[in-house]
Amino acid sequence: MSEVPPKGGFSFDLCKRNDMLIQKGLKAPSFLKTGTTIVGLIFKDGVILGADTRATEGPIVADKNCEKIHYMAPNIYCCGAGTAADTEAVTDMVSSQLRLHRYQTGRDSRVITALTLLKKHLFSYQGHVSAALVLGGVDITGPHLHTIYPHGSTDTLPFATMGSGSLAAMSVFEAKYKEGLTRDEGIKLVAEAICSGIFNDLGSGSNVDICVITKGNKEYLRNYMEPNPRTYVSSKGYSFTKKTEVLRTKITPLMERVEITEVGEAMEE
Amino acid sequence: MQIFEYNGSAVVAMVGKNCFAIASDRRLGVQLQTIATDFQRISKIHDRVFIGLSGLATDVQTLYQRLVFRHKLYQLREERDMKPETFASLVSAILYEKRFGPYLCQPVIAGLGEDDKPFICTMDSIGAKELAKDFVVSGTASESLYGACEAMYKPDMEAEELFETISQALLSSVDRDCLSGWGGHVYVVTPTEIKERILKGRMD
Repeated sequence: MSEVPPKGGFSFDLCKRNDMLIQKGLKAPSFLKTGTTIVGLIFKDGVILGADTRATEGPIVADKNCEKIHYMAPNIYCCGAGTAADTEAVTDMVSSQLRLHRYQTGRDSRVITALTLLKKHLFSYQGHVSAALVLGGVDITGPHLHTIYPHGSTDTLPFATMGSGSLAAMSVFEAKYKEGLTRDEGIKLVAEAICSGIFNDLGSGSNVDICVITKGNKEYLRNYMEPNPRTYVSSKGYSFTKKTEVLRTKITPLMERVEITEVGEAMEE
Repeated sequence: MQIFEYNGSAVVAMVGKNCFAIASDRRLGVQLQTIATDFQRISKIHDRVFIGLSGLATDVQTLYQRLVFRHKLYQLREERDMKPETFASLVSAILYEKRFGPYLCQPVIAGLGEDDKPFICTMDSIGAKELAKDFVVSGTASESLYGACEAMYKPDMEAEELFETISQALLSSVDRDCLSGWGGHVYVVTPTEIKERILKGRMD
């Protein structure tokens, strides 16, 4: 079998073997999921996106500070919930497609373009690519906010929430959202919605990430709020009474890295 | 029985001051029977990048061979070694390609990047990268490893202290897991040398 790197897309050659193992009684592995609270809202000058930072593997917290707000274009960002590998792969792929499109057309990307590329991909895999996204950005036609479900359906909304903490966050939005919010009011409302997800939903936790997109400008506020710091760390640290017993040691010195400096005149053309 | 519990494994990597350490257990079993006590789970890709693979042993070996092949192709084309961040993206892409019929292993990647800055990351079996600044764990003993590392880790440790910490975390975690253990294998890598040590642990 040739091992030349394939042209792209998914490869299904291990499916038969994995099905055979499952039939023999072995359970399939669990994937890294982002339990998550992700939100977006449209304010006076643009769009604000927010997300928590916890990644779970079953009931265990695998990553206490992961990034769920993915870059799509300089004026478009996307929050992702669901299977972590799927959200990362699908947003990376559409981000590259948007860049190629920008080179071809010579124009800034539009949010609706990203939306159509994402929903086409997700629908064609019939929901098996488990990515639930909140897509927001500001383009020539104004600010836009969309939600995309794993089966490929989309909604266009003034404020949106997704993920396991979406009900907690939506309750905050439904109570306090109004049109024409200023930047500071919008950030405060998004932070409050994410915090309500962090404290009430077990699948969301750790810190709040916020991204503010306006016409011609974006601000990615990583770890904008850290409502769960580690306050119980002892300053003395851990001291070990018994040292580990070592059976064998092998030391491999690493070669000095060579720095090549150009000496002499450059070659003539 | 869980697929990841077929062979049993424990892999952990930690970041220190301009150095990193990666450690694994040495048992290879078939469910409850031990068939080898010197299984190599951590492999060197090049002098400054190591990968530890936990999970189904056959996929560990196949995936390692594929990655070494891809790295050799890269070395021939680019005439240099891969950076650890680039290598992590390569592993993630190879795993995601098999999204609907995945390799049943979870890699832990550790390396020294530009300016000798240590880099560690882990992934689930379909390539979801999880970068961390302190430690990453994987394998059947992962829940105990999370707890032990969370308690014992301190930032900016020197190589000797890092070795002691990662060894104590590994040995105490595999002692609470039936499927991994039978010794430990620790690599501590600084910009000037690679120290590989075999640990004496409980053989049960």
